[in-house]
Amino acid sequence: MAAPQPSAFPRSRITDHLMVSEMKKDLRNTSENSVKLSCLNIWKLYGPHPDRLTGKEQLLAASRDPHTFTALRDVSLNVRRGEIFVVMGLSGSGKSTLLRCLTRLVEPTFGEVLLDGVNMMSLSAKDLMEIRRHKMAMVFQNFALLPHLTVAENIGLPLRIRGESGGKIESTVSELTALVGLSGMSKRLPHQLSGGQQQRVGLARALTGDPEFLLLDEPFSALDPLIRRELQGELIRLQSRLHKTMIFVTHDFNEAVRIGDRIVIMKDGKVVQSGTPEEIVAEPADDYVGSFVAGVDRTRVITCGRIAAPATAHSYSFTVDAQSKVADVAEAIASAKGAVGVLDGGALKGEIDAGAVLRMVSAVRLAGFNV
Amino acid sequence: MTRDRTSFSFEQRFGISAAIVVALACVSWSLPIAAKYPLSWKWPLDQLLTMWLKFLVAQISFITRGIAHILQMPLDFAIGLLAKGFEIPLGSETVTIPPLSWAGVCATFVWIGYRVGGTRLALLQAACSAYIVLFWQWHAAMLTLASVLVCVPVAVACGLLIGVFAYSRPKLNQWVLTPGLDIMQTVPAFAYLIPTLLLFGFGPVAAMIATVIFATPPMARVTTLALNQTPMEIRELGKMVGCTERQTIWRILLPSSLPSLLVGLNQTVMMTLNMVIVASMIGAGGLGFDVLRALRQLDIDRGFESGVAIVLLAVMLDRQGVALANAAKPGAASSKTLAAMFGVPLAFLIVATLLGTQFDWLREFPKALRLSTGATLNDAVSWININYFDAIEAFRIFVLTHFMTPIKVALTSAPWLFVSGVVTVFAYFVGGARMAFLSAFVFAFCLVTGLWDKAMITIYLCLSATVISVVIGIPIAVLAARFDPLYRATTVAIEVLQTLPSFVYLIPVVMLFRVGDFAALLAIVAFAITPIIKFTMTALRTVPADLVEAGKSMGCSGAQMDFFIRFPVALPSILLGINQALLFALAMVVITALVGTRDLGQEVYIALTAANPGRGLVAGLCLALLGILIDRLFQAGVARLQHRKSSQSFVHGELAAA
Repeated sequence: MAAPQPSAFPRSRITDHLMVSEMKKDLRNTSENSVKLSCLNIWKLYGPHPDRLTGKEQLLAASRDPHTFTALRDVSLNVRRGEIFVVMGLSGSGKSTLLRCLTRLVEPTFGEVLLDGVNMMSLSAKDLMEIRRHKMAMVFQNFALLPHLTVAENIGLPLRIRGESGGKIESTVSELTALVGLSGMSKRLPHQLSGGQQQRVGLARALTGDPEFLLLDEPFSALDPLIRRELQGELIRLQSRLHKTMIFVTHDFNEAVRIGDRIVIMKDGKVVQSGTPEEIVAEPADDYVGSFVAGVDRTRVITCGRIAAPATAHSYSFTVDAQSKVADVAEAIASAKGAVGVLDGGALKGEIDAGAVLRMVSAVRLAGFNV
Repeated sequence: MTRDRTSFSFEQRFGISAAIVVALACVSWSLPIAAKYPLSWKWPLDQLLTMWLKFLVAQISFITRGIAHILQMPLDFAIGLLAKGFEIPLGSETVTIPPLSWAGVCATFVWIGYRVGGTRLALLQAACSAYIVLFWQWHAAMLTLASVLVCVPVAVACGLLIGVFAYSRPKLNQWVLTPGLDIMQTVPAFAYLIPTLLLFGFGPVAAMIATVIFATPPMARVTTLALNQTPMEIRELGKMVGCTERQTIWRILLPSSLPSLLVGLNQTVMMTLNMVIVASMIGAGGLGFDVLRALRQLDIDRGFESGVAIVLLAVMLDRQGVALANAAKPGAASSKTLAAMFGVPLAFLIVATLLGTQFDWLREFPKALRLSTGATLNDAVSWININYFDAIEAFRIFVLTHFMTPIKVALTSAPWLFVSGVVTVFAYFVGGARMAFLSAFVFAFCLVTGLWDKAMITIYLCLSATVISVVIGIPIAVLAARFDPLYRATTVAIEVLQTLPSFVYLIPVVMLFRVGDFAALLAIVAFAITPIIKFTMTALRTVPADLVEAGKSMGCSGAQMDFFIRFPVALPSILLGINQALLFALAMVVITALVGTRDLGQEVYIALTAANPGRGLVAGLCLALLGILIDRLFQAGVARLQHRKSSQSFVHGELAAA
């Protein structure tokens, strides 16, 4: 692969962001693009109406009732196997309700949820319990650690609930404690840990049952910015090893862009836009999305391929990969005399020069999304 | 939203209510039947109940006596262990095992106090134990403690189960369990002492069951509350790791709310102690019995000595409980320290008791070293009564003629139709149709059971005591909130007063003011004033710091700060304190029957001495219903005030937006 040239990137200057994008790239290549979870036409209404409605007319009538609050309006999405799927929105946009509808912690008023092709809505309480025990796990905004249990006991809780034997629990717990970087703290109680450490316990606990499917409900929102960034990196590192399917809820667009393979943006219970971070940053669907995009460092999201102009030469002394983020190759472009070539899978796709990069950066303002 | 359903506006409602009140007044004072409820209309519910109960007892007493027999065993064991020792017949001779040595038990208290609360708690425990030993209260105190030790686990277990049940069935909780618990707590214990006696036989077991009935509700409430207050995320965690309902409750929710549960445990211990004292009248023996006997013989010194012993025992248990609850906060104790906590005292007990078989002074505290107040207090009270009788009497008569009697006369002579009608209209006004129905039902119950006059006297005592408590309590609380040394002193005083069994309050007032309404009023005020001071003081002290800073930065003077910031913010808590005071007063009114008031408490007490279960239960129910009505009316009134406020500001907000 014709990655950015080593000379332009001394090892010591590789940012964690670069590693992150590399890892994500690997992931995209390895994941089979099959659908893990899909939800179809989910509605959730709060108000004086039956728990479950069956028809469109009923839904519309109920949602017009002044005593009804419509938390989710006809939300459909597909989550692919092995991807981090981010649901982003401000508070009250319905993102947490959506997450809870997917697990039936909240019962949707209308719509279907299919997990591996199984309709979650038709599961009996017992089957649902089994699925929760074996297939999915959740990480909570305020950690939800049990105050009376030690780190190790908290991490081992899902296995204890399942009724596994002591030996198995012990080995799993010590493995996971090491994995999230808490070795030596297993005897501590939650209140003796910092926020970041507590959420590491939360992450480890979610991984204990080896679920295929993780739900993260604003997991880093209660943390300081620096710790938040550290844990985002940690999550991406874990994901590059574990390849779980994750749904990640956040109100922080930068976090969504950094972590997500794909993002949906919600507003007032509806999906406003969905796509890869780059698609959303490059082409925000409306002013609402645009206002989020305005706060993002576009050079870390937009790839070279997207801003490449048609090639004017047959060969270039410097080339960059079309998948590389502009920020990662900016130095190479700056130090090159003139344009650099953009390669997509080895074939020449176009060229970029410093002017193209600057135009892309200034497009923020030109597009009028400067909020 | 609730306002949308009612078709009348506030002004219309007010008009209608005023019209009804005037109409009621006209009818009441023109119709003799509306003024005095005819005796012939009385529904003999008490006789019916007595009949049913006797029938029930005849049918199931063999079961209940069996239960009593089973419960007798742990109780006998505890009493034997702490107070009486065991006598085991072995062939021709009996082997006597002595009770635990006083020295060992005291050392245990001090040691546990030291482990959980440091030197200060250890010293407190030592001082309290020393008093109990030196003043020869040991035997009685251990009898009381034995009952407490047996009742508490039963009450806690029942409370936990009911609490968990209430949590998992919210509908049932709202309609059956909460009112049930309300009644269990507000029906005076005397009232169900009689049926308990009939079912379980005279003696300590009946007292124990009455105690458990009384001490269970707080534990149940704390459990339900703690379960409901666990963070939503923790409950979701339970579901997401695939817990069954039972696993969620017992493995996730209950353990994670342990600190609250321990507070509940402490409350249960205190309630149990309180009730054990009262129940000693039906044969549990112990400190309460000693006080009662002393009161009857007007032996002030003995009553005082036993009373102080009750207070100190209560303080010992309470401080120990609070310290334990604090120590059980996550991460404070490991299994190793727990072993030290219970292993060492066990060794103390065994060694001291074994040595006691050799050394008499370890088995029983030497007579020569005992202390007594002799007749000092008797003499002191006589001296006060001889020298200051006129002043005290003048004060008493002044309050009676200018404050108490007018209210009493007004309430008891007012036509029943008018009183109940006005209150019911008021209930409709503040709480809608449901509240009005409750009010009508409560008054109807008082009427048809022929207890109207006594109910009115109860209300009069309860209300006037609450008014006095508010008048005295709020200024104290305001001052205490302002000045730190006073705050600390008041906090300690309140804590001690709160641990006292209600019974104890009677001792000093009877000493000084003899029996009667005035003495009763003072005892009720002393009892009911604590929640007012505590809630007001705490609320004023805990006004958020940023609000206080906002006030300062606006340049509020001290008085302005109170008026604009502290009081409005603290108001809900203050009102809650007054509500509590009303209920405290009602509970105390029952006890004051012992010093000769003519209220519902007296009715219950008469029924108790006459072993008439129906009469006692009806009067008890009447009291409970009054309590529930007062509580709900007050809460509805407060909610109404706040609702009006918030809806007004809402309207302003809308106007501003438009």
